[in-house]
Amino acid sequence: TTLVPHDCPGTQSEQAGKSSSCQGCPNQKLCASGATKAPDPAIAEIGAKLSTVKHKILVLSGKGGVGKSTFSAHLAHALASDSTKEVALLDVDICGPSIPRIMGLEGEQVHQSGSGWSPVYVDDNLAVMSIGFLLSSLDDAVIWRGPKKNGMIKQFLRDVDWGDLDYLIVDTPPGTSDEHLSIVQYLSSTHVDGAVIITTPQEVSLQDVRKEIRFCQKVKLPIIGVVENMSGFVCPNCKNTSQIFPPTSGGAEKMCADLNLPLLGKVPLDPRIAQSCDEGRSFLNVVPDSPAAKAYKSIVQSEFLQPSTTHPHVPLPSCCTSVVILYNRITLSLQQLQRNLKVPSNLYIIHKTCHKYTNKTS
Amino acid sequence: CPNQKLCASGATKAPDPAIAEIGAKLSTVKHKILVLSGKGGVGKSTFSAHLAHALASDSTKEVALLDVDICGPSIPRIMGLEGEQVHQSGSGWSPVYVDDNLAVMSIGFLLSSLDDAVIWRGPKKNGMIKQFLRDVDWGDLDYLIVDTPPGTSDEHLSIVQYLSSTHVDGAVIITTPQEVSLQDVRKEIRFCQKVKLPIIGVVENMSGFVCPNCKNTSQIFPPTSGGAEKMCADLNLPLLGKVPLDPRIAQSCDEGRSFLNVVPDSPAAKAYKSIVQSEKLPGALRSTPRTFLSESLSRCV
Repeated sequence: TTLVPHDCPGTQSEQAGKSSSCQGCPNQKLCASGATKAPDPAIAEIGAKLSTVKHKILVLSGKGGVGKSTFSAHLAHALASDSTKEVALLDVDICGPSIPRIMGLEGEQVHQSGSGWSPVYVDDNLAVMSIGFLLSSLDDAVIWRGPKKNGMIKQFLRDVDWGDLDYLIVDTPPGTSDEHLSIVQYLSSTHVDGAVIITTPQEVSLQDVRKEIRFCQKVKLPIIGVVENMSGFVCPNCKNTSQIFPPTSGGAEKMCADLNLPLLGKVPLDPRIAQSCDEGRSFLNVVPDSPAAKAYKSIVQSEFLQPSTTHPHVPLPSCCTSVVILYNRITLSLQQLQRNLKVPSNLYIIHKTCHKYTNKTS
Repeated sequence: CPNQKLCASGATKAPDPAIAEIGAKLSTVKHKILVLSGKGGVGKSTFSAHLAHALASDSTKEVALLDVDICGPSIPRIMGLEGEQVHQSGSGWSPVYVDDNLAVMSIGFLLSSLDDAVIWRGPKKNGMIKQFLRDVDWGDLDYLIVDTPPGTSDEHLSIVQYLSSTHVDGAVIITTPQEVSLQDVRKEIRFCQKVKLPIIGVVENMSGFVCPNCKNTSQIFPPTSGGAEKMCADLNLPLLGKVPLDPRIAQSCDEGRSFLNVVPDSPAAKAYKSIVQSEKLPGALRSTPRTFLSESLSRCV
């Protein structure tokens, strides 16, 4: 007989102690009693520690390589361009931490003090934390299974001396697994503004992104909106636009319309983005007049990401659902009009009015 | 912890009996190739799918494609098998067949709705991968290609662990030219070295884009640190090939068709074919003597 179940469902699982593979495990009674599912005391500690963080934004995507880290980094840069705001960027991609490179902080180290780990500062008001800073060599692989990754994420949230922040942005790896469950769980006794979901236009990406949206709904994480990246490429030679990742099923626009989510914006492909990321510079500074930089700025300044009030989201009663649907449709059309026809700002005022009206309807 | 003495004694590190079972089950599979990348979105699934199509174009070969990306299973879509279901028989689960000689297995086939999220922690994902290897009725295969998610975590450790009593030819590593990708890919290469998984070679994807209008080439993901070419030179690894960006690749994947058939003369398709026929790939398709003779004969005539 085997002493330890090889198919252990995990002490946190609903099947803990009850699964057929639990027979014979010395922990069986403990797991079955529910003692192993008692909340982690760290959750309350993290709640207390992060209570002074005004806004927390997670950047998610079911799909890899769509631009989560690029977006997180440039969102952080854009928010920190207001020197009165304190901004922090937390990278919870344990296996593939790209943030140090993209922020130009490769090779930096983390220091420990009495008040915890100090994050690495890009500017006075922009702090960064990533496992990349804890590796002895940049090529070191972090070959950890779930539980060890979860422990690291807990430490990032509980032990880093963030200070009083206006914004904490969390960059995540692709998927709906340990890192995502952990970050939501450890932040469960704090207020999280919500998630920005990144996608590219093709259906293979959207398929994974819909799963991420389902994840957000299941864990009751509000979705701030969706960003469509790599949305077209303008040839620098002849200015012809190519859809390198064609939106065969309508792209993020259709998905957002179907799922009633705000489309925050579309960012075109621009070789200077990848170049800036490799060089650790913000392309918002390097090429501020490029279409991509303008798209980013408009996304960051969107009402959804920087609401003019700090009221927590009040869910509308069901009788107002039709108003919400109508509002979203109007918003979408106005966004399209704005982009396509370069409509003057008075139509934008109508959009803002709708938004304020809807927020007050309760 | 009640388990403390048990863990300290080393009893918990006894090998999983499933490893030997899988070793027996897959002993009739001639070649096993893993497709890895530390980085997401570089084209692992696209490459795996088209490698499978290319190998299966030889109707005498039995090919199977296993998708162990549990959270983001793209293979059903790319292979045009969305909505298909897996059936269970006395000899195990039947994979889904694209052609007579091309079988596919993915968690995508086990979901009741295509948008269902698989929100599992590591142990449950490992259990699924074990079942894929042990319980699927693959039959006698010439090739088993395994598509993986990005990273160096549960799925990667598990697939290597469960295949540890079989012969694995090695891994094909996919990257794109920019340093942010190569950084993660070097970690994947370190992973392969640590778990003693041979590296067959590296494929550089999204390597340039030729504008269909003016034919000007743009490096959308510029190789600021020398691209895969320099990385392979530094690490002494074969560069199997470079595949350019082509909108028709993403389109074909969305439509579930092999772009090797849709646009066989495109630069991208030619690059893929040359990679698949590379000497470095195990049992790679090479021109048979018969083909050589017929070419020579046709030249004489």
